[in-house]
Amino acid sequence: MPKSLKLILLAVLAFAVLYIPFGVPERSWLTPLNLAAAAAVGAIGLNILLGFTGQLSLAHPFFLAIGAYGYTFLSADHDPITKAASAGEKLRGLGLHPLMSMVIIVIVTGVFGGLLSPIAGRLKGIYLGIATLGLVFLTDHLLQNVKTVTGGFNGRRVPVMDLGYTKIAECRPKACSSSMFGSSIKWGSPEKLWYFQVILVALAFVLARNMMKGRPGRALQSIRDGETAASVMGVNLTRYRAYAFMVSAMFAGLSGVMYALANGNVTPPEFGVDSGASYLAMVVIGGVGSLVGPVIGAFFVKMLPDLIQRNSEHLTWLVAGPNDPNGLKPLSVARFIYGGLIILLLLFEDGGLAGLVRRIRHRRVNGGSMAGADSGEPSGTPLPNQQTGGVLI
Amino acid sequence: MRLFVQFLLDGMSTGAVYALIALGFVIIFKASEVVTFAHGGVLSVGGYLIWYSRAHWFNHKGQANFWLSLTVGILGAAALGLLVERLLVRRMQGRNAGIIGVCIMTLGLDVVLETYTNYGVGKSGKESLDFANPWGIGAHRFGGVFLGDARIAAMLIGSTIIAGLFLWLKYTDWGISMRAAAADREAAALMGIKLGRVSSVAWILAGALATVAALFLAAAPAPGFDGLTGRLAFKAFPAAILGGLDSPSGALAGGLIVGISEAMFKGYESHLRFLGRGFSSVVPYVVMLAVLFFRPTGLFGTREARRA
Repeated sequence: MPKSLKLILLAVLAFAVLYIPFGVPERSWLTPLNLAAAAAVGAIGLNILLGFTGQLSLAHPFFLAIGAYGYTFLSADHDPITKAASAGEKLRGLGLHPLMSMVIIVIVTGVFGGLLSPIAGRLKGIYLGIATLGLVFLTDHLLQNVKTVTGGFNGRRVPVMDLGYTKIAECRPKACSSSMFGSSIKWGSPEKLWYFQVILVALAFVLARNMMKGRPGRALQSIRDGETAASVMGVNLTRYRAYAFMVSAMFAGLSGVMYALANGNVTPPEFGVDSGASYLAMVVIGGVGSLVGPVIGAFFVKMLPDLIQRNSEHLTWLVAGPNDPNGLKPLSVARFIYGGLIILLLLFEDGGLAGLVRRIRHRRVNGGSMAGADSGEPSGTPLPNQQTGGVLI
Repeated sequence: MRLFVQFLLDGMSTGAVYALIALGFVIIFKASEVVTFAHGGVLSVGGYLIWYSRAHWFNHKGQANFWLSLTVGILGAAALGLLVERLLVRRMQGRNAGIIGVCIMTLGLDVVLETYTNYGVGKSGKESLDFANPWGIGAHRFGGVFLGDARIAAMLIGSTIIAGLFLWLKYTDWGISMRAAAADREAAALMGIKLGRVSSVAWILAGALATVAALFLAAAPAPGFDGLTGRLAFKAFPAAILGGLDSPSGALAGGLIVGISEAMFKGYESHLRFLGRGFSSVVPYVVMLAVLFFRPTGLFGTREARRA
């Protein structure tokens, strides 16, 4: 693609993203969009581990939980209003500045990721996946039981982000719609949060891109393609595996903070096995080992239930209305779709959507031949196959 | 002491059920080098079929035939296993997909299957589905120890099936070819063992075992089969991993360890308040993480078992 065309496309995309708060039919769309932006950062992080390093980790919800609950704990004051329901205990908090809490907790999550990596180094392939599954169940237990920090089963409210000149307060759409440029345009917290999240997603994306295209990225990919070969080439396996886990965890931590901000409260179910599976879905659907893929996948997976729900009157053959207890719920339909997509994509096109786009483009450029890779594009890779020698029987 | 024996027997009974599921993981891993995350999904489809066939097909004048519907459930799950192996797993392996890719595919499949059974349970309008098993909620007393009839049945039937399976693996041609395939695929193939068929049989068996497990997971003292029953299959992961993914006897030991430790922590929960409520349900994973930390391929797993 010529560079000028690329720039134009980028400008159009940027404009579209910035216009979204004013373009959506209803303001209630912004909440799922903000949640999707949060998930995008987490998916980028998981892809660093799965797509670039070839490590199957289901522990993502663990790191998300540290981010979300950690931010809440650090920035909350001792909460006099909300009591932990059953125990009557007060919720603890350190009352730090929200922005500072965010930075601290991202670093803390990174440390946790680094701590996990020596264990991960001992466990190969699928053993790692199952061990991390155990970590997720343990997380759930802790979230339910360390009530003074997490609020237990009922969760707790998340302190609002404070950017110095403006606070992104959690509020109901009606209550805080100070108007801007005349009365028709609403300007409140969901809109502010959207821009805040977009900046963070862009930052995360650029960061991941630079890392994965640079020396560390190549080192990680060489680990994925064959550990023995990588170590012979002088890649320090232990160090780079720790690096991958740390970076991936930091992205997950940031994603957790963003989730907490967008959702307004945090509860344990959001950090269960299902959540881990849905992050894998985002990466696989977007394209394993592609840079943009996970972002697209995250928006797809997160927006799907809402898109179906909001269009349910046009989809009566598929989804049950609110009054029909027997039909399929929008969430179930969404789960069918993304579960099915995982299967189909892995069976037929393991580059995910990004791979599909690339393939179509190559066909156009090269007149049907698949040969020749676009020089500037990160090449999507089939799912990692760690066995040295390449072919797994 | 009386309580201890009580918890021990309870634990052994659930342990036998976990072992049934874990054996499914192990057989599949040995025969097709895949760890399936869809086992919970297959289990819940089998369970749902037991209920569905009883409620809709074999329900003449309220006289439901339990054994007939159980057979339908087992056959259905076995067929599902065969389909998964033939249509999905083998196709992916034919394209040289890595084990991680196949695992993620089964995770997607699990999402689909679990959503399907959840939808089915929701549509029935009941909180949980009753299989109308012949054991009901009765109990027998042995000395000072009470044992539910369903628990006794789980222990007896579970151990019979497991014993049968071990004999089958040891003495029949099928069992021998399965062990040969697991030991060295190329050599086995050169000896004329059809690897594809071995793999199919493994998935069929695993599906059948999972359905029997579903039957007992839904029996007393559990209220019945619901959307979360399939999730219990995740607890058999620790069981399979503890023993080592490639060791059937390890799966049996792992199942018992998981079942008994869970029952103990549940029984003595009042003494273990500091661990938080419901700690017993995460004990399997804690034990697994502890074992894996010291023995990365499980207690009985061979070093060569690492395949990814």
